[in-house]
Amino acid sequence: MTFKSIVLGTVAALLTTTAAMAEEMKMAVTTSFANSGLADVLLPKVKEDTGIDVQLLIVGTGQALALGAAGDVDAVLVHSRAAEEKWLAEGNGTHRTEIMYNDFVFVGPQEDPAKAGGAETATGALQAIAGAEAPFVSRGDDSGTHKMELRLWKAADVTPEGDWYKAVGQGMGAALNTASGMNAYIMSDRASWLKFANKGDLGIVFEGDPVLFNQYAYLPVNPEKHPHVKTDLVNQLEAWLLSDKAEELINAYTIADQQLFVYNAAE
Amino acid sequence: MNSIGEGLWQAARLVVTLDPDLVEITALSLRVSLGATLVASCIGLPLGAWLAVNRFPARRFVIAILNALMGLPPVVVGLIVYVLFSRSGPLGVLGLLFTPTAMVIAQVIIITPIIASVAHQAIRDLWADYHDLLISLQATRLQRIKTLLWDGRRALMTASLAGFGRAIGEVGAIMIVGGNIDHATRVLTTAIALETGKGEFDMALALGFVLIGLAILVNLGLHFISRTERGARW
Amino acid sequence: MSGWVSLSGVTVRRRGRTILGPLDATLNGGGLTILMGPNGAGKTTLLRVLHGLERVNTGDVHWTDPKDADGRSQGFVFQTPVLMRRSVLDCIAYPLLLDGVSRTQAREQARAHAAEVGLTVNLDQAVTFLSGGEKQKMALARALMRRPRILFLDEPCANLDGRSVKEIEEILHRIKAGGTRILMSTHDMGQARRLADDVLFLHAGKLVEQSNGDDFFRSPRTAEAKAYLKGEILL
Repeated sequence: MTFKSIVLGTVAALLTTTAAMAEEMKMAVTTSFANSGLADVLLPKVKEDTGIDVQLLIVGTGQALALGAAGDVDAVLVHSRAAEEKWLAEGNGTHRTEIMYNDFVFVGPQEDPAKAGGAETATGALQAIAGAEAPFVSRGDDSGTHKMELRLWKAADVTPEGDWYKAVGQGMGAALNTASGMNAYIMSDRASWLKFANKGDLGIVFEGDPVLFNQYAYLPVNPEKHPHVKTDLVNQLEAWLLSDKAEELINAYTIADQQLFVYNAAE
Repeated sequence: MNSIGEGLWQAARLVVTLDPDLVEITALSLRVSLGATLVASCIGLPLGAWLAVNRFPARRFVIAILNALMGLPPVVVGLIVYVLFSRSGPLGVLGLLFTPTAMVIAQVIIITPIIASVAHQAIRDLWADYHDLLISLQATRLQRIKTLLWDGRRALMTASLAGFGRAIGEVGAIMIVGGNIDHATRVLTTAIALETGKGEFDMALALGFVLIGLAILVNLGLHFISRTERGARW
Repeated sequence: MSGWVSLSGVTVRRRGRTILGPLDATLNGGGLTILMGPNGAGKTTLLRVLHGLERVNTGDVHWTDPKDADGRSQGFVFQTPVLMRRSVLDCIAYPLLLDGVSRTQAREQARAHAAEVGLTVNLDQAVTFLSGGEKQKMALARALMRRPRILFLDEPCANLDGRSVKEIEEILHRIKAGGTRILMSTHDMGQARRLADDVLFLHAGKLVEQSNGDDFFRSPRTAEAKAYLKGEILL
């Protein structure tokens, strides 16, 4: 009898799964954005002002764009311009709206054995790390951060390979965990780094080169390709992101007294 | 760094204060994994019994497939279910991707082979005992399977529990098909993966301890039910 | 003289070895027929062939009355009782459950049958807790549930003490009196003498001698039967 009631309860719970779904839209965002904690500030305000429940799928840039192309999400918020433009050219989205940027930093052992901190430019820092063959952890997951890292290696005219270069194929947090465990260098977005709780002996060794700026853009999925996408809600969210209120909230967001994002949407 | 102690302390704090987020993801974990266990048992238990009772040319082949599927990495199952239920996939129109239903489907695929395989072994032994009697009494195929399932119910409960254990601790598949969406498809295991990614080991461990506690509770609960049932009938 | 079942040219081979036959026999008359013969003579196999538990490699089994041919009108008691993981009462009731009788009704009849075979234990306990004699009585009660026209017993008393053996024999007498034909194998010479209306003597898979009980024990015709009765077991 008791067993029966458990069974019936489970079945009932399963059947009511999809009930009570009001104004919901799905947006794929990058791990770095989700880890920054900004979403936890913005989404409740979005809900308050527009009534929209934005459900976040936290994935790498590659997967985020793939989800959008497949029509599994309604919009995408990522930071990899070349990939975004290719994605738009393939007819997957309607347009690209730049919202804000943050920046990448090079994190490594605080004593900085490769002397990367003394470099003038980001590429110079990478050359120092490669020259010293100091352990370097790469995301290796085709994410926006990974693509940016590869562009910088190319610009530095270094082919990163050898025992010192570890591509882990994981998200930012997991990669940071690996770097912390190995006391290795790694490139991270500033937000993920500041939010990261397992810093160990690591610290920021290089920052500030404008090439490390990281532009976030909002890309609605093309309703002509996927008629089921909630274009209404997508447009409402975009309007909200372009509002003064969003600007204020984004610019005011800090971790450890550091501003993480700079709002730069064109009015 | 005393993470284990911190984790235990934090787990206790979350449970005692009935942290609303914890309650929500725990409830969803239970709903998804119990649902998957229920569905997988409805498929796996009769399938295991059927394989134990029937002799047909492809039988060994089917059993080999089952055993191979037991070791299937959940990520692969997740990918397959994702491709099927993606809006661009053959079942996309159902709109099930990133819902608990999709998570149940993925877990059913993962644990049905385990349940069927354990059930097959248990029923095979029981069938060896019962064979002559059931043939002598001219029980039909269906009656044989029903009898074996009923009389083997305690062993079959073990089979289902093995499936539940795999489901409740599974992360690879439900991460892909559920999406780990806060307040929608986040369960204990995907939350643990998320916290680990942030380097929040204390929180991740705390959730891990809650998961372990939950698995033990479910096992004890079922054990208790089976005991009371035995007391009433024998 | 027409019998109720006849076997013609029956052989059973397993793993390349002939374990029964070739065998031609006609069983006639009612009452209780005892199957005798040393170990490996094929007694169990013959019982199983008649009940349809064993396929024959050659030959036919022909039932005179088609009603006898139906396995449902036959009961079988195995040497080792098959114990279901149920209560004693539910074990006995089981055949009727297969026939679609309601559980309440089946259990009611099972209770009556348990009384009939003198099973006076607590019927709600698990069957595994019964003694050897009680287990065999349970098996007997279960085999009688469908009111069989023919009852097969394969050395039902092999592992029982004298008192249980006597009780089982009394039950068999009553069953026979009720009009059920009984075919039973045994190694117990005394039991065979007490029960047998007819005797089939098997040796090395072949039917060596068939006669009525009194004749068989008083004046066996074949050398094998004589030697067996004298206790010079030949294998």
